[in-house]
Amino acid sequence: MAIQVDFLKKTPYFSGLNSAALDSIAKLIFEKKVERGEIFLLEGESDEVLYFVASGAVKIFKTSAEGKEQILSIARTGDSFNDVAVFDSGPNLAAAQAMAPVILYGVRKNNLEAIVRDYPKVATNVTGVLANRVRYLVSLVEDLSFKHVMGRIAKLLLEYGGSETGAGQRLTQQDMAAMAGTVREVVGRSLKVLEEEGIIKLDRHRIVITDREALKKVIEAPS
Amino acid sequence: MIEMPVIDPEKCDGCGVCVDVCHCHALVLVGKIISVNTTQECDWCTECEIVCITGALSCPFEIVIE
Repeated sequence: MAIQVDFLKKTPYFSGLNSAALDSIAKLIFEKKVERGEIFLLEGESDEVLYFVASGAVKIFKTSAEGKEQILSIARTGDSFNDVAVFDSGPNLAAAQAMAPVILYGVRKNNLEAIVRDYPKVATNVTGVLANRVRYLVSLVEDLSFKHVMGRIAKLLLEYGGSETGAGQRLTQQDMAAMAGTVREVVGRSLKVLEEEGIIKLDRHRIVITDREALKKVIEAPS
Repeated sequence: MIEMPVIDPEKCDGCGVCVDVCHCHALVLVGKIISVNTTQECDWCTECEIVCITGALSCPFEIVIE
């Protein structure tokens, strides 16, 4: 299947290029289809391919030695991933899993280097993409390392918790993130930790606070 | 009646990514708008909400103090 030039034009990497340039670049890009659930990029391995999501959604995540998963981002249509490993020739920073049937456009490292060399505008675009990535990851590091996000999430669970079914206000993980001044990924991780500690129980669409006193202690814990 | 993800049809742009993500096939595109079928198999994974870029789909949690 031919690589869609219209799609490339809309990606941050290749915006601002003329049709002739996009046609040349399209010849260096290959298509890859991935089934839902497939982990097609492994953390720590060397892949040397930059990917763009042409359709579907991809979960970018790291896994700790204990098997805990931390989602770094969700790549949606038009987003790129594995940029860092391609540019520094190091191992893949994170794993990637298809959340749906996914169509990817891939560029191998040597071809990407040729594109950057031939089209300086792409180099400027790449700088912007990587700067945005650094900005997002620094804010994620800040949330995970320095802020007492868990305490704030515990606080809002107590504030919004009702004593019987249907009594409490309903909140999405995005709502909780906005209220706690963090990102959705950190909320998901915090809820998992609270569940592992036996303080809450995730029961499908219900968050059941099983140990109110322990939740209060989480709020009071020093940051 | 089992709770299901909530749809705001005015925000839905009909991209269909949530349909592909949904493990239990609860979501369908009707014309250009997403629709939800009630099913016991929905385990509230919230992946449809995660991938919805327009915020048309939400999986709100009810917070209950036991």
